[in-house]
Amino acid sequence: MKVLVAVKRVVDYNVKVRVKSDNSGVDIANVKMSMNPFDEIAVEEAVRLKEKGVVTEVIAVSCGVAQCQETLRTAMAIGADRGILVETAEELQPLAVAKLLKALVDKEQPGLVILGKQAIDDDCNQTGQMLAALGDMPQATFASKVEVADGKASVTREVDGGLETISISMPAVITTDLRLNEPRYVTLPNIMKAKKKQLDVFKPEDLGVDVAPRIKTLKVMEPAKRSAGIKVPDVATLVDKLKNVAKVI
Amino acid sequence: MTSLVIAEHDNASIKGATLNTVTAAAAIGADVHVLVAGHNAGAAAAAAAQIAGVSKVIHADGASLEVGLAENVAAQVLAIAGNYTHILFPATANGKNVAPRVAAKLDVGQISDITKVDSPDTFERPIYAGNAIATVQSSDAVKVITVRTTGFDAAASTGGSAAVETAAAATDSGKSSFVGREVTKSDRPELTAAKIIVSGGRALGSSEKFDEVMIPLADKFGAAIGASRAAVDAGYAANDLQVGQTGKIVAPQLYVACGISGAIQHLAGMKDSKVIVAINKDPEAPIFSVADFGLEADLFVAVPELVAAL
Repeated sequence: MKVLVAVKRVVDYNVKVRVKSDNSGVDIANVKMSMNPFDEIAVEEAVRLKEKGVVTEVIAVSCGVAQCQETLRTAMAIGADRGILVETAEELQPLAVAKLLKALVDKEQPGLVILGKQAIDDDCNQTGQMLAALGDMPQATFASKVEVADGKASVTREVDGGLETISISMPAVITTDLRLNEPRYVTLPNIMKAKKKQLDVFKPEDLGVDVAPRIKTLKVMEPAKRSAGIKVPDVATLVDKLKNVAKVI
Repeated sequence: MTSLVIAEHDNASIKGATLNTVTAAAAIGADVHVLVAGHNAGAAAAAAAQIAGVSKVIHADGASLEVGLAENVAAQVLAIAGNYTHILFPATANGKNVAPRVAAKLDVGQISDITKVDSPDTFERPIYAGNAIATVQSSDAVKVITVRTTGFDAAASTGGSAAVETAAAATDSGKSSFVGREVTKSDRPELTAAKIIVSGGRALGSSEKFDEVMIPLADKFGAAIGASRAAVDAGYAANDLQVGQTGKIVAPQLYVACGISGAIQHLAGMKDSKVIVAINKDPEAPIFSVADFGLEADLFVAVPELVAAL
């Protein structure tokens, strides 16, 4: 069984982005880019399934600019067997990415597609569910535990107020939550090995997908700033402030 | 122009997040209908009909809808989607699970986590962990939206008298089945609905200490308990208590952060709280930059002292 893993190149989670002065977006020139952390968890999970012998091949896919090849090399250093880049300079929104992935699912016929539950740049939380719908596949989002056996995946999901376990027939889509696993550190030998792995490049046109954005960003603003508070010297003053100034208790 | 709100419910009652979503739908300016898709959910449908501003409730009832499996709920929404210009879900775990399925089947983009309605096709939503607010305009015929509940006041749960119409339940997809649920039992208020939240960080040091220090404080305040990602990752607190960009987004009247340094991802989940208190012994902790009242102190001394003083 093959597994397809989708990885997105995003601004590194440690970078605090700045809004551009013309309010057209955030400034991502010269900032550190990394693999979306949830996608790293997705790659790790796919590689672990391969190590358990459940999966025969792990294919990493990224959609976006040419530099996404670096993100794919990272996925291959974690252990993905090969990479596919769908290269375009167009702004890609989740529906477009889901359509590109659907085209690749049709081509590769994986038993599972694993994605991060959300990207930390646009915070959309859509692509996995959209892909599942387009492919008429069942979905298990926000996974904290995955077990695969007999053509089914048993997935424990993080839901409001606790955990929920569902069983889905494969092919299926899984999106990862934070506690699914802890991705391994990539080692230098594995980085070197990853450079030699196969990486195919397609254009959206090759896959017959129209990626035109549906949602237009009119402007991007700084959020309202909280006015600076005060330091209180002791607990008694804190209680007094909460009672008599903030009046919240 | 008519909007459809997908109710968050447990078959017996309507969850609070539905009320905030109704307010967002009302801001669009169209008629507001509510879909209650569940099993033996007559009580929830009746409660939805009482919500102020709702003109019709559609109640679909069947075993396929009992536990809210995404495939079946999405099919239910799609069965009636043709009547609507806007379809709104609360941005809860359930809403986020189902909404993109509906959008993809309708071949429309989804607008996630809106915090403001500017016009029927233009909305505001936070991006980059709330470090920027984007104003976005959808060109699609149907707008599929998830609503960040902290961005909108709750609609009154009484005062309405909507008609309840029944709809045939969607058939089961046969591809997904429910196995079980581990619900955290607690008498405390729900994290996303609590007026006061006390939240603990990595500085608590262990799950025993977390409980020993945080529970008396929560009890005294009648508060919900939250945690930073660091505390959850370290196993001090349950996963569903995580407050932050990828956890729960909260905006209580009072948020008390104990031993939380204040990573941007955590701040993203709580900086809209009305009053923020930070107790931390590191004077440089970023949490102090958003706190209304900062107390630079050892939490193991200060928190019990606070419990005694309340």
